[in-house]
Amino acid sequence: MGAPHLLVHDRKDTVGVVVVEGLKAGTDMLGVVTADNSDFRLSAKHDIPIGHKVALVDIKNGDTIWKYGQDIGRAIADIGKGEHVHVHNVKTKRW
Amino acid sequence: MAQGNGNGNGHGSNGHSNLKFWGYRRENGRVGVRNHVVILPLDDLSNAACEAVANNIKGTIALPHAYGRLQFGEDLELHFRTLIGTGSNPNVAAVVVIGIEDQWTNQVVEGIAKTGKPVTGFGIEGTGDIGTIAKASRVAKDYLQKASELRREECDISELWVSTKCGESDTTTGLASCPTVGNMYDKLIPVGIHGCFGETSEITGAEHLAKERAATPEIGEKWYRMWKAYQDDVIEAHKTNDLSDSQPTKGNIAGGLTTIEEKALGNLEKIGRECRYIDALEPAEAPAKGPGLYYMDTSSAAAECVTLMAAAGYAVHTFPTGQGNVIGNPIVPVIKITGNPKTMRTMSEHIDVDVSGVLRRDMTIPEAGDALIEMVVRTANGRLTAAEALGHREFVMTKLYRSA
Repeated sequence: MGAPHLLVHDRKDTVGVVVVEGLKAGTDMLGVVTADNSDFRLSAKHDIPIGHKVALVDIKNGDTIWKYGQDIGRAIADIGKGEHVHVHNVKTKRW
Repeated sequence: MAQGNGNGNGHGSNGHSNLKFWGYRRENGRVGVRNHVVILPLDDLSNAACEAVANNIKGTIALPHAYGRLQFGEDLELHFRTLIGTGSNPNVAAVVVIGIEDQWTNQVVEGIAKTGKPVTGFGIEGTGDIGTIAKASRVAKDYLQKASELRREECDISELWVSTKCGESDTTTGLASCPTVGNMYDKLIPVGIHGCFGETSEITGAEHLAKERAATPEIGEKWYRMWKAYQDDVIEAHKTNDLSDSQPTKGNIAGGLTTIEEKALGNLEKIGRECRYIDALEPAEAPAKGPGLYYMDTSSAAAECVTLMAAAGYAVHTFPTGQGNVIGNPIVPVIKITGNPKTMRTMSEHIDVDVSGVLRRDMTIPEAGDALIEMVVRTANGRLTAAEALGHREFVMTKLYRSA
């Protein structure tokens, strides 16, 4: 197995983190779940900078976003599988 | 391969119990890893005299700061605790204190003197800057020459106090550099070091997990009251929006962090999988329950937090960064760890431990933890950190409210 494009903390997560620079839309990404070292493939729908998140499933407006197996906020727009997830489509539930 | 699984790698705590380092044993038995002679201002007005003394006596270090006048109550107590704690830190061999007047100056001197180390104070009023600088310089020269003859001795790893706080975090800190620190604690807390984490606002979203990591339910409740007090008394009282412009910071957002909850979950990776905190400390409060991991109620701003932990007596600081925070501290070596390959490519001069292999899956978290432990020992032995070599000496007092 080569170096992954994408790391996911927990099997419950709905987002993963791009860990390579210059990822382009259309890339057939190798993803790894760090909790159990399982791997999977996912097609990137956007150019996504290193460190930024990608949706692992189709997410509906209002859905809870899961990372580390925990609630990290809510979607404020529909997000398609393979799309860029960030401040434009996710907000905190706090404060 | 169980990423982030503390001791599940055959390198359990027993493999680290015979680690040694070379340190300076102080009069009170504590062991330091640096040998600074500090010229410590009581207040903002005394910065100029302190800097003049440090300029006269090469090898001493002045710690200018912004406060110390008309403070009162808990804020004044914290000011004194921070100054006395800084002077008392075992990385400091001796201290000259200069203040605008004698009484508060002597309060700091008497606090530091409890350690048994050399300390003398000078008040400026009635003498002026020039006379004070002359008198203080003679004492500083004597202290520096005496300190220069102190020798390091071999010490057990259990005598090391190691704090942590992360900065300019991104998603790679939660994946690589924070769990590296967590793995270090999972290995070294069982062999008897003192550890410390903090950053009260930045636990928001992971408070349920942080509370569970207390050694007892009572300690967890004490921790929760501290966290809740900051939420209610500071954030709710002063916020103008959902804090999405401050927590996460602009740097965090550029690095891919979206919400405070996400940031907090990454932050908490620094305490590993197994160790539990045995007390929740006030800012700059020295731990008093023996070896183990402690929580300290601190700001999440890097320099404020590291200054408070140094004032509590911690001698080495481990600092995971994603986007490249450049912070240092004048008396405590700050070891930077990053897992972000872009940061390694663009600003490697600031990084002491490269764990970007974790993202490529060619380095495990236990291997990264071992690399950090090796760097902690080398740093304790005297290796200068990137921040020390680059001259980063950020010393920032925490202010609780406006002065009178």
